[in-house]
Amino acid sequence: MNVLGLVNYWAFIFLMMVGFYILISQGNLIKKIVGLSVFQTSVFILYISMGKIRGGTAPILMEGDPVYSNPLPHVLILTAIVVGVATTALGLSLVVRIHEAYGTVEEDEIHDLDVAEAE
Amino acid sequence: MEDNVILRIGAKILIPFILLFALYVQFHGDYGPGGGFQAGVIFAAAFILYALIFGVDTAKRVLPLRFVWFCGALGVWIFAGVGVVTLVLGGEFLNYNVLRHDPEHGQELGILLVELGVFTTVFGVMVAIFYMFAARRQVR
Amino acid sequence: MLAVTALALLKLRNLFAVAMLAGIYSLLSAGLFTALDAVDVAFTEAAVGAGISTILVLGTLALVGHEQKKSTRSSVIPLLVVLVTGSILVYGTFDMPPYGDPGNPAHHHVAPHYLEESAHEIGIPNVVTSVLASYRGYDTMGETTVIFTAMVGVLLLMGGVRKRATSEMASGPASGPSDQELDGEPHQQPDGEEDPDGG
Repeated sequence: MNVLGLVNYWAFIFLMMVGFYILISQGNLIKKIVGLSVFQTSVFILYISMGKIRGGTAPILMEGDPVYSNPLPHVLILTAIVVGVATTALGLSLVVRIHEAYGTVEEDEIHDLDVAEAE
Repeated sequence: MEDNVILRIGAKILIPFILLFALYVQFHGDYGPGGGFQAGVIFAAAFILYALIFGVDTAKRVLPLRFVWFCGALGVWIFAGVGVVTLVLGGEFLNYNVLRHDPEHGQELGILLVELGVFTTVFGVMVAIFYMFAARRQVR
Repeated sequence: MLAVTALALLKLRNLFAVAMLAGIYSLLSAGLFTALDAVDVAFTEAAVGAGISTILVLGTLALVGHEQKKSTRSSVIPLLVVLVTGSILVYGTFDMPPYGDPGNPAHHHVAPHYLEESAHEIGIPNVVTSVLASYRGYDTMGETTVIFTAMVGVLLLMGGVRKRATSEMASGPASGPSDQELDGEPHQQPDGEEDPDGG
């Protein structure tokens, strides 16, 4: 087994786990959204690195017969990035509305307010 | 930011080039990196820069909110419309071969139209979302 | 570099710096995408991640304030969860194909067809564009619809209720009519919304 050939996956896992950790450990909702986008970018890196062929070039047809990297992951991720920013905007607008309703974006304080209201 | 001379002049010089570059990316997407998604974002970025420096109200006079929303819907409509046209012409949904007599020209025309649809939607959505966030700030 | 930026994101509590670092993170990943031959993706990531989403985060910060409060919760359980998940994923990678090998299964299904046939089936040099717009046109139409839907969602969350917020400020609890307006068709709202910020 060639361990060096798996380094790209480990880099992706590290970034993904950092994003995941930000997502579950931080109480601030904006920080959570930033963590989510770190997570998202790590998945993009996974896909793109799977499409890479050693010695390949960008998939734009040229004269001669070069090796092209796999264009399919590029297409998927291209659309995913734009969808990602649209969903991030949706999340941020939810955060703004939460801030208007509760006056805070800290998860703990929101929870306390909810508990106080229920009693 | 509205009274900073350097920003105002700099933006005025930059914005036409940003718009031109977006159109280049749009129509050169067949030959190099680029396409509807990128061009739409860059085109929207030019207007967002304008709104940041000259104020959202000024930007809304150039590009009314309703027009931006209309753009967002129009792009999806163009995309789906191309599909319906190919259906009417006897092909499958989004099979551009039937758009022209020559399949290859049909494909080129189809891709051009579809990218135009993507461009319009992305542009409209990005500017609309920015307007939403910016308008909130004014109210508060 | 990406890892360092991600760790810095974790530690920083000034959200303004977090927004900037997130932009830098996007730009660095765009550089990585270029190195991995994905020029179209790098282009998009640089324009979207470093440009638009940074502006959106900054716009939100202007509304909600930019200092994060010190968290009181313990970080042991999240760390444990992350470490366990990470090690399971690392264990899973031992079955994955090695990086950059032309014999990987991903390169032997439809990708060769796209690379070899698109020159005379579609007739444009950029394979990413031809796959995006033609071979995978359904996907792209779906994505376009998704971002359109996201716009409608943001409009409903941010645009539709703004009038109620202002009318509450102006006339106290008399917000009944605009509540009903919320349930109406979203495209009806612009007429009412334009006036408060135009004036």
